[in-house]
Order: sequence, then structure tokens, then C-alpha cells
Amino acid sequence: MLNYIRRKLIHLIPITFAVTALSFFFIDLLPGDVADAIAGVGTDSTVIDEKAVQAIRKDLGLDQPVIVRYFSWLGNAITGELGKSYQTGQTVADAIALRLPVTLQLLVMAQFLAVLFAVPAGILAAYRAGKVTDQIVTTFTFAFLAAPSFIIAIVLAFIFAVLLNWFPATGYVPFFDDPLGNIRSFTLPALALALIEWPILSRVLRNDLIETLQQDFISLAKAKGLSNLYILLRHALRPSSFTLITIVGIQLGNLISGAVIVESIFALPGIGSLLVDSIHGREILMVQGVIVLMAMAYVTINLAVDIIYGALDPRIRQ
Amino acid sequence: MTTISASATAVGQERSSSALSGFGLAFWLPLSWLAILLFTVIFADILPISDPAESDFTALKARPNFEFWLGTDVLGRDIFARVIHGARISLTVGFFAPVCGMIIGLFFGMMAGYYRGKVESVIVSITDIILAFPNIVLAMCILFFAGASIVNLIIVLSVTSIPANTRIARASTLVFAGREFVEAARSQGASNLRILWHEILPNIVLPQMAYILSFMSIVIMIEGSLAFLGVGIPPPTPTLGGMIAQGFPDINTDPHITFLPALFLFLTVLSLNLIGDQLRKKFTVRESAL
Repeated sequence: MLNYIRRKLIHLIPITFAVTALSFFFIDLLPGDVADAIAGVGTDSTVIDEKAVQAIRKDLGLDQPVIVRYFSWLGNAITGELGKSYQTGQTVADAIALRLPVTLQLLVMAQFLAVLFAVPAGILAAYRAGKVTDQIVTTFTFAFLAAPSFIIAIVLAFIFAVLLNWFPATGYVPFFDDPLGNIRSFTLPALALALIEWPILSRVLRNDLIETLQQDFISLAKAKGLSNLYILLRHALRPSSFTLITIVGIQLGNLISGAVIVESIFALPGIGSLLVDSIHGREILMVQGVIVLMAMAYVTINLAVDIIYGALDPRIRQ
Repeated sequence: MTTISASATAVGQERSSSALSGFGLAFWLPLSWLAILLFTVIFADILPISDPAESDFTALKARPNFEFWLGTDVLGRDIFARVIHGARISLTVGFFAPVCGMIIGLFFGMMAGYYRGKVESVIVSITDIILAFPNIVLAMCILFFAGASIVNLIIVLSVTSIPANTRIARASTLVFAGREFVEAARSQGASNLRILWHEILPNIVLPQMAYILSFMSIVIMIEGSLAFLGVGIPPPTPTLGGMIAQGFPDINTDPHITFLPALFLFLTVLSLNLIGDQLRKKFTVRESAL
């Protein structure tokens, strides 16, 4: 097991370098001068102050070769020093620290709701495979798979905020100010993300369960006279939960993309809306910091999934 | 290639007399939707569709009526014309990006699955790296700094579909690389390149294409999302996502401005998924019948 974890960690090193380098370079290599872009922001005149550009260039170390800059940036990044916004003066690390809890709460609530929808739907569809119930569930999964997250979010906002007025359409309430209001402000965004997530979980679970239900030990359990519900939950669902863990991990990248959109629509001050705002404001350092964070989060979670998977199933470690 | 189609017809004949009669309404309805949409989109300039950029200030935010089939938007522009022109961008990007992604993915996947060893680990690492960036995030950043044009959109979105294509191609190459006919070709002195091109590619290209409709639907969704977030093709060019974003502030009073383009996007993606799924089911039968 330790050997397996070590192998996985060694695999992480080149990926980490590549991911950070890519985040660093692809903004660097893109057309347009970073310093010009920063100096041009916030001023109405199209004439860019040459002195300001020089100052920013020196400040960012743009007069040094790119490799030197990458390693000094990486060194700073490890200590959490990612630079600061040129408009507000806020450091990137502060901005991220302030907004990360919002996104984490959103993702956890969304994932929870998605599993809550997907597990009963998947079990029902697998239990009645090929029957009407299965077809109804499958139709729903298809419909939701075809709806981009922003359309689901808009429809939810329209139904529950505009027509029914049950939940607020926008706005964020900190948990410690008003716990109930906080949950209310997160309900629609989390629901929107859960609705794009559950069909994938449900379909995988259904196919997995159908396979498991054909195994001998299920026939044995039936022969012992155990109830169908007990067999489904105890005997069939348990091996499939490994698959669910993997899919939940793999889907995280998708979910982060979804969070970017959903946070913008519902005006939640999370990492996603930070990214969108920073892109529109040409806050290059902020964009860089957020991208690195997202990519590393994805890589780390996949590693965790791999390790959990290896711990649960010894065959994987080979 | 011939072996597949031969056995496919054999299987097809067992199940039904014609290759297409096994499909139900859930295949033909989406296909008709796509066919009609495609026809309208291609011939939009010839058909009597009004100018999508022309404003009628006497009919701002009009509901659907005889003059404007789907009503007008905030600036009095014909929503139907704009939806068709927006769908043109969606379909162009949605066609070329997955095709480019598939070609590149096939190449990498075949290399990885055939040569194994170092080549494989390098290619797998590259796909892992691309996968580490959430697709919309990657596309957003590149597009914003490189500028959003149709060509850039196609390049960026084809990159996001490379990892999955590579994985599929690698998996099917692994299956075929060990088969007898590959061994036979090798023992006759065929070069690796010849084996890849003549023996493996014809066998894996069809199953690969079974996935392309799904990739098209994903790419169309991402394109819509990017336009919605304001990092797609900039206005005044009509895009479905852009129209939805523009109508969103007025959703209380004029929901049709938001929901009609959304419906077009939804139906198009749904159709691609439905057709793709049924084609894939047919392919799985063919595969297992081999």
C-alpha cells in the first residue's frame, strides 16, 4: 500500500510542474503585453503611461528571462505569495482565502444533493431494468444531460425565484450571520449543479448495479429469502459505491466548470465568480492564481480518489 | 473495415430487414430536428429570414407573432433570425472542434496503445495535464487573452476533447494490437506505420465515431456557456449563449427572450445525445458480434 501511494505521489510531481508551468506560460505567451494590459486598466485614456508600464514591468520581473520568472513565481506560489491585484491592492491569496469557503460549501451541497437524487434513481432504474420505471428515469437523465448548467440555473431562477418567490435569485448571506438565510441563498445554485451532476452518477450506478445483480451471490441472497430492499442496499449497492467515489472525483472538474457559471448567475462570491470578474477586469495575476488553484485541486482530489480506490481494492495497486 | 460491415449486415438482417428500421421515434424526431435546423442554418442567407442585426424600434420585446415568429429582443431584433444565425456558430464550432479533437486523439491514442512503454506514459501524462484544467475554465482564459473568433473557439474546444478521444482510441488499439491479423501482417514484414494505418485504424475508427455526436453536444454546450459568460464570439454577432445572457435581466417581464434561444440549444444538444446513444447501441452489437 505504501509503495502504491509512493508511486502515485511520484507521478504527481511531473504533473504539478506541468500544470503550474502551463498556467504560468499560457498567459505569458499570449499576444499582448501583460504590463500594457495592467497599466491600461482603469484609465479612460487610450494613451498608456509609459512610466507606469515600466514600473509594472519591473515589479512583475518581466525584464528577466521567462524561466527565471517561472521558478521565482513557483517559489512564491508555494509560500502562498501569488501577487496582488493592481486595481484593489488585495493580494491574490487573500482574495482566494476569502472566496474559497463559498465555493467549497457550494460544491459540498451540490455533491450531496446529486448523490441524494442519483442513488434512489439509479437503484430504481436497475431494479426495474427495461421496464417503464427504468425508461422514465432514463428519459429524465437524458433530458438533464442535454441541458447546459446555465440553462438549468436560469430555469431554476425563473421558477423558484421569479414565479414562486421561494428562494432569493441572487445574493449571499454568510453562515454565521444567518444560518438559515445562508442555506436559502445556496439552495438554488447547489440544486443547479446537482441537476447537472446526478444523471451521470445515476447512469453509471444503474449500469453497475445491473451487472452486480446478475452475480451469483445475489441469487444466493435471494435464495436465503432476504428482502429485495435489503439485497439492493446491502449486497448490490456496496460494491457499486467504489464506482460512485471514482465518478464523484472525476466529475469534480466538470463541477468546477459548472460552479464558475452558477456562481456568476446567482452572484455568489466564490472562486468561480472571482475568475470571471478577474478575466473581465484583466487581472492577470488573479486569473493565474485561480487557475493554478483549480487545476491543483483537481489533480489532488484525483490522487486522493486513486489512493482510496487502491485502499479499498487491492487489485488496483498492482 | 469489410469484416465489420459484413458482420454488421449479418446482425442487421437477423434483427430486422433494413439497417434503419430498428430505430424508433426517439431517433427520427431528433434527426428531423437536426436536419431542419441544419438546412435552415446553411441556407439562412437565401431563405426569407430577416437581418439578425436589424432593429425594429416600433416592436421592442415583442411577443411571438406573425411578423416575428419568435418575437423580438430588447433592441427589437428578430429573435428567430438571431437564433438561426446563433445556431450557425454553434453548429460550425460543434462540428469542427470534435472532428479535430477526434483526429488528434486517434493519433495519440493509437501511438500510446500500439507502442506502449515511454510513448504511452508521455501521452497519458499529457492528457492528464489537459484534464487538470476544467474545460470551461481553460477555454475562457485562452479565449479572453487570445481573442474570441470562430477559429480560436474551434482550436480551444478541440483541445478539450483530445483527452477523452485519446483514451477511447488507446483502449481500442490495445484490443486490436494483440489480434491475429496484426500478428499476421507483422510476420509478413509490414512496417509499424503500415500496420497502424491499414490494420488498426480501419477497425477503431467506426467505434470512435460513435462517440463523436456526444462530443458535438458537449462542445455546443461549452460554446453556449462561454458566450453566456461573455467570453465567446463578441456581440453584435448573435450567439445562442449571448442571446440568453442578454435576455436574462428581463426574465421577469419577457421570459421568451431568454427561453426561446435556450430551448433551441437544449433541443439541439438533446437530439445529438439521443441519436448518438442509439447509434452507439448499434455499434456495441456490432462489436460483440465480431
